[in-house]
Amino acid sequence: MPETSRRGLLFGTAAVSAGALLTACTSNEPKTKEPAANNEPAASDDKPGKKVTIGFAGPQADHGWLNAINENAKSRAGKYSEVTLEITEGSNDTAAQIGQVQTLINKKVDVLVILPADGKALTQVGLQAMKAGIPVINLDRVFASPQAYRCWIGGDNYGMGLNAGNYIGERLKDKKNAKVVELAGLDNLELTKQRSQGFADALKNYPNIKRVARQAADFTVESGQAKMAQLLQAQKQFDALWNHDDDQGVGALRAIEQAGRDDFLMVGGAGAKAAMDAIKADNSVLKATVLYPPTMAASAIDLARALGQGKGVGGMSELEIPASITLYSAVVTKDNVDEYLPTGFS
Amino acid sequence: MTQPVSPAQRHQQDGPAATPAKTPARQPAGLRPDVRNLSLLGVLAVLVAVGGFTKPEQFLDSSNLQLVLTQASVIGVVTVGMTFVITSGGIDLSVGAIVALASVWATTLATQEYGFAGILFTAVVVGLACGLVNGLLIAYGGMVPFIATLAMLASARGLALQITDGKTQIVTVDSVLDLGVPDSYVLGIPPLVLVFAVVTVVGWLLLNRTTFGRRTVAVGGNAEAARLAGIDVRRQRLYLYLLSGLCCGIAAFLLVVLSGSGQNTNGNLYELDAIAAAIIGGTLLSGGRGTIVGSVLGVLVFTTITNIFALNNLQSDVQQIAKGAIIVAAVLVQRRTARDGAI
Repeated sequence: MPETSRRGLLFGTAAVSAGALLTACTSNEPKTKEPAANNEPAASDDKPGKKVTIGFAGPQADHGWLNAINENAKSRAGKYSEVTLEITEGSNDTAAQIGQVQTLINKKVDVLVILPADGKALTQVGLQAMKAGIPVINLDRVFASPQAYRCWIGGDNYGMGLNAGNYIGERLKDKKNAKVVELAGLDNLELTKQRSQGFADALKNYPNIKRVARQAADFTVESGQAKMAQLLQAQKQFDALWNHDDDQGVGALRAIEQAGRDDFLMVGGAGAKAAMDAIKADNSVLKATVLYPPTMAASAIDLARALGQGKGVGGMSELEIPASITLYSAVVTKDNVDEYLPTGFS
Repeated sequence: MTQPVSPAQRHQQDGPAATPAKTPARQPAGLRPDVRNLSLLGVLAVLVAVGGFTKPEQFLDSSNLQLVLTQASVIGVVTVGMTFVITSGGIDLSVGAIVALASVWATTLATQEYGFAGILFTAVVVGLACGLVNGLLIAYGGMVPFIATLAMLASARGLALQITDGKTQIVTVDSVLDLGVPDSYVLGIPPLVLVFAVVTVVGWLLLNRTTFGRRTVAVGGNAEAARLAGIDVRRQRLYLYLLSGLCCGIAAFLLVVLSGSGQNTNGNLYELDAIAAAIIGGTLLSGGRGTIVGSVLGVLVFTTITNIFALNNLQSDVQQIAKGAIIVAAVLVQRRTARDGAI
């Protein structure tokens, strides 16, 4: 090595101090921590019963909604003193997730809650668990065979589109030749097709409304901004916009701000906290969002607990929990946003 | 099959006459890239005609020009850096991941405390740091660029996910947000486009008018010959990956301004877009020849295609099929023109 030059030393020191400064900048902790929201609906039967161990396996929490799924499951399980939650490291790799579920089977947990990275690919391991006598709660992404789960609980993509369409329809029903624009999610996914179908079916109820344009973004802020900017350029005047996903909606709202447009009403989807905050503030075009509630993970824990303790669902006269539960995609507006705000995810 | 024989094909059949065209790397003069640029301009002109014909009202509008240039600026800055790396015979697969990491690091709550300067500084330094690691691994660690930058792609995406925890980080610093809205436009030109223009001009000067640029071309043409000619090849490579990292840092800042947020999914597949733009622009994938003007035209071709498709409300499936076909057509047209022009 040549002798250390002064320039080298100078650059070295600068690099080290920049590094030190930067590592301090990875924190995302707010300066003043707000107390965690705590007004979830009470469980039907809060008396501690028989001890239940619940195994939970989900995909990698690489976006807000999935992250909220994990948090909802954890906080709900924490509420019950008799419930122990065995949660695995999330994975998007089918083989890895199969291994994780098998580990949970070998540990002989009482009930399994599985949100598969890919429903069809995880069917076999669901069957395996059921055969081993461990009932499975299948969360959201459905297995290929009903034999692979005891109960399926999940969101309603078609219903999201339907409710968004009906909300927009009611708002525009007195307007002649009303124009509607759709900013869809990733077109490769079946759920996007279902959402668009529901939206189209709802709009059929309103002959005065026509969907004039549809573009697909890919659930990211960046794509939301890019596609929305193009839509705004293409459609110089329209009355309403439905955006499938609030994450890409952050970008869409940015594009709308950049284009200086406020001549239409916007409805979001999924139920992110940022979107609900904007609806509450009522200072942008965003007036409503249709839910795809991550609280379904908390409900899945409730169902797993009931299953483990041999109980039914409170408020229903059945002795057993249902085999299938499709959640309602509520429309969150300024009037009811306060109720839903605690369920909003970031 | 009988087809009309074009001049180009005739030249090919002539044998020796076509030889110079087939060994472009040996030709040091800037003639060939210029010819390629000319043909790419032709492609762009055809696209503009198609856009103007199908949607005259929306396409031929100054606000649409602003839109296309703004959408091109983020990937454009990345492509300028990529052009240098490819010209030197390397490849940088980590650009998208670096943009993602730099954009999320620059938008954490802790960074936002420091305002505009903090966000800009963090984005640029994170980009440079990733470039430094790439450069050290490749130049001094003896790793193949493909593998080293692939490793960086994986780690940088992972770190970005770790920082955000999968959440969207919304920017609340007004001075940053203001750069992305029309009030900040200078004579109708968005600041993002100005940055893109400056990066392009600096990149062009650096590649075509400096020793650094000639060294880059020399290393890409024949690294051993460059070494024998007294060029410190390893240091040159280090600088080139630093440069690419710097461009990613700048692009990350532009993306933060544009989208008003940072997300670990940012910069998805930028590596492919940047490589494709550079290649159809006329930069040689095997190194030794590069053109900044061509790369920028390549980016503009892609952005214009996207724009025309969106304005005509074509759906994703049609868009993807047509995009593939247009890339092939553009390259074929370009090769033919270049062959004719060179002889």
